[in-house]
Amino acid sequence: MKNNRKKLLALAVLGALVFMAGCAVDPKSASAPTDPQTETDPQTETDSDVVTLTLLAHESFTPSPGIFDAFTAATGVKVNIVLGGDAGELVTKAALTSGNPEGDVLWGVDNTLLSRALEADVFTPYETKNLALLDPSSLLGIPANEVTPVDTGDVCINYDIAYFKSRKLTPPLSLKSLTSGQYRNQLVVPSPLSSSPGLAFFLATVAEFGADGWQDYWKQLRANGVLVVDGWTEAYTVEFSGSSGKGDRSLVVSYASSPPAEVLFADPPVTQPPTAVASQTCFRQVEYAGILRGTKHEAEARLLIDYLTSVAFQNDLPLTQFVYPVNTSAVLPDAFTKYSLRPENPLSLEPQVIAQNRTAWLDEWTRIVLN
Amino acid sequence: MTASPYRASAPALAAAPLAFIAVFALWPLGNISSRALSWDSFTRIAANPAVREMLWFSTWQALASTLLTFLAAFPVTYILARYRFAGKRALLALVTLPFVLPTVVVGAAFLALLPNSWHRSVAAIILAHTYFNIAVVARVVGRRLEQISPKTGEAAATLGASPMTVLRTVTLPLLRTATASASAVIFLLCFTSYGVIRVLGGPARATIEVAIYSRAVQLGDISGAAILSLLQLLVLGLAMLWWIKTSRATAPTEHIEVALRRPQTLRQKTFVYGVATTTAVIVALPLAMVFVRSLGAGRNLSAWRGVLLGKSVVNSGARSPLSAFATSLQFALATALIAGIIGVSAAAAIAYGGRTAAKLEVLTMLPLTISAVTLGLGMLVTFDSGIYDLRSRWVMMPIAHSLVALPIVVRTMLPVLRSVPAGLREAAATLGATPIYMWRTIDRPLLARAWATSLALAAAVSLGEFGASSFLTRRTSATLPTEIARLLGRPGDAVQTQAYVLAALLIIFIGAALLSVDSLRRDRPVT
Repeated sequence: MKNNRKKLLALAVLGALVFMAGCAVDPKSASAPTDPQTETDPQTETDSDVVTLTLLAHESFTPSPGIFDAFTAATGVKVNIVLGGDAGELVTKAALTSGNPEGDVLWGVDNTLLSRALEADVFTPYETKNLALLDPSSLLGIPANEVTPVDTGDVCINYDIAYFKSRKLTPPLSLKSLTSGQYRNQLVVPSPLSSSPGLAFFLATVAEFGADGWQDYWKQLRANGVLVVDGWTEAYTVEFSGSSGKGDRSLVVSYASSPPAEVLFADPPVTQPPTAVASQTCFRQVEYAGILRGTKHEAEARLLIDYLTSVAFQNDLPLTQFVYPVNTSAVLPDAFTKYSLRPENPLSLEPQVIAQNRTAWLDEWTRIVLN
Repeated sequence: MTASPYRASAPALAAAPLAFIAVFALWPLGNISSRALSWDSFTRIAANPAVREMLWFSTWQALASTLLTFLAAFPVTYILARYRFAGKRALLALVTLPFVLPTVVVGAAFLALLPNSWHRSVAAIILAHTYFNIAVVARVVGRRLEQISPKTGEAAATLGASPMTVLRTVTLPLLRTATASASAVIFLLCFTSYGVIRVLGGPARATIEVAIYSRAVQLGDISGAAILSLLQLLVLGLAMLWWIKTSRATAPTEHIEVALRRPQTLRQKTFVYGVATTTAVIVALPLAMVFVRSLGAGRNLSAWRGVLLGKSVVNSGARSPLSAFATSLQFALATALIAGIIGVSAAAAIAYGGRTAAKLEVLTMLPLTISAVTLGLGMLVTFDSGIYDLRSRWVMMPIAHSLVALPIVVRTMLPVLRSVPAGLREAAATLGATPIYMWRTIDRPLLARAWATSLALAAAVSLGEFGASSFLTRRTSATLPTEIARLLGRPGDAVQTQAYVLAALLIIFIGAALLSVDSLRRDRPVT
């Protein structure tokens, strides 16, 4: 009995130590568990004059630490970043809580999800004062400025350079060439039903071959041995031969910014990227930020939108989130320009068209490819 | 059997768990259903042939998984219940580890161990389910098996029964209640399984749970998702009702101490150590792969050093990668407290009350039958204003975790509560003890250890939880499972390696918690 009591006591002490260690590691949360006063939420303010904005973002939002210090210094407004799942989950939750939002500003709704958010009346329109500096192609589809574009990216076929070099094959350049016999059993794609890049690739095929032509294309892809997996993680990190998984497939759907990421996060370090992008297979993704309808701090939220589209913030984007800034005055880092290319004419579809047809298209795709 | 002297307290004890489930599971479900349901989507779903297929697939894969789990788990359950041998506690902790770990951690490693032709197959799904659920059989059926004296079997043997006959006619019938209980839990978990179906089954296999997620999040069809969720609730509700009927047989009331023996003959030793080693190796393989991958391409500890020194490869605010760890631990402690108190209250109400109170046991399983997506989204729209604006509060996460941990706490406490010898209480009553005094001096000391066990199990469940809570917005840093999932979704060797380091840390910590759980069990006399 004594033995067990000692063990219980030891456990309790250990638990207390761990709890306190947790507070030490993350001092910001030290007061959070016990003191609801310091919980940041849009309804209350921590001091009488300091406003804290809540910026809701998806999990890939990883700016440099301290990026908002300049904003706070200039405006006196603090920014609290809150992560809410991937982009799809974020928009679903925003649509459900429309009018009574969880935060003040939302970052991360993309062009495939935009219509859903607009239909649910999630945002309050605002025309940012940096509008003139923004890339005009990113402003399509939002004439009333319900949201503001903040970054762009391309979903493209990435290929394993070493594989093609060793077999003296030319890598595929276009979507059509993916059906060629020399690339049999080489392509792995994430399912558009469950993956955002997978959906983008599917939409690229619709944009390229038309609403009546993509069905035949996918039948050919299937005949050519395309492997459909659940998500990007499995496709890129398990099945793809050019990345950490060292899989069997040399062609994968990923981002135009994946080759620079392969260099920057390589372990052991490399000087050349092991992968490259097939530039004619790219689908343009645009990400937007917007002021959530129902926020209590609309004036401050506008300042934040201006900051998010300013050069100071946009310069940080490439190397932290591996996307391209929309502000045309922003500077692209060398690593980006050296290791990757920006496709000149990526494929794209109107957000309205995507929203109207998505369910029907995906049902048909399931019948053609998965059954 | 005579009514418990504490029977009068049963309604009061049942109040807290009932209120907890009603407020945090039923209310969100009702809210999201009423908001999202429409006749239009109902007809659409009802007419969709794919739904019928999903329902059928969900059911039969869950049944097959349950069956295979029992078959695979029986040898290790038997040796754990009947014998005493070196490394027994470690084996039990090891076998429980996959049950508590999130699929995101073990799924990829499990997949990598299977031959390529098994990827994206039903076989992979069923195998993975078996792997994750062995612990349920080992603990639930094993505990009951411990209480069946081998002397009964020996008596049958002296009358000429072969070991198989003994098993068939003596042991298995006595295990019926525990088997039904364990199979109900496993069926429930396999039916509502999400991560395993997606990662191991591939995009061509869909269960209702997967469809609910893709409808709600990918297609934005909350209405359809709510209907599917209610359909799932209906099917599982029927399964639970069946379970109540079959488990009506009285549970054991006496606390039976059966002396465990060491294996003595060579045959026994080969059997015991053979089963133990094989099971340990099979269970440990995917976990070992996580550790191997955490060493990175260079097979060194640099990623470990980075994480432990607080340096992250990927920006996550101003926080070190260990802050996810600290957050998870804080939530785990809170969950242990909430689930511990509510769970013991529920278990006591069930044990002391009559037949009506027994229905509470099924009710505690209710949160598991509601889809994680529906629950998460329901909480979002329910706790959104004024005095109950909990969705932005820190406590929402432990509450979500507690809903999942509750049935485990109840299931751990219940047998112990029921097995306090009635004779002791009767003796105390004849000496004039009041019920309160009886409880304080007889029941409470016997329950303290079991309660500590269930607290540790609840904490372990919380550490690995990745369902409804992943839908709650994270105001402080992420929990460890969500952080691991986030890192696994990004390109770059160093990022992947960091994810595996965190996964390995998760395994270590949950493993330590589980080892402590079983070290709190009373040591039995050895013969």
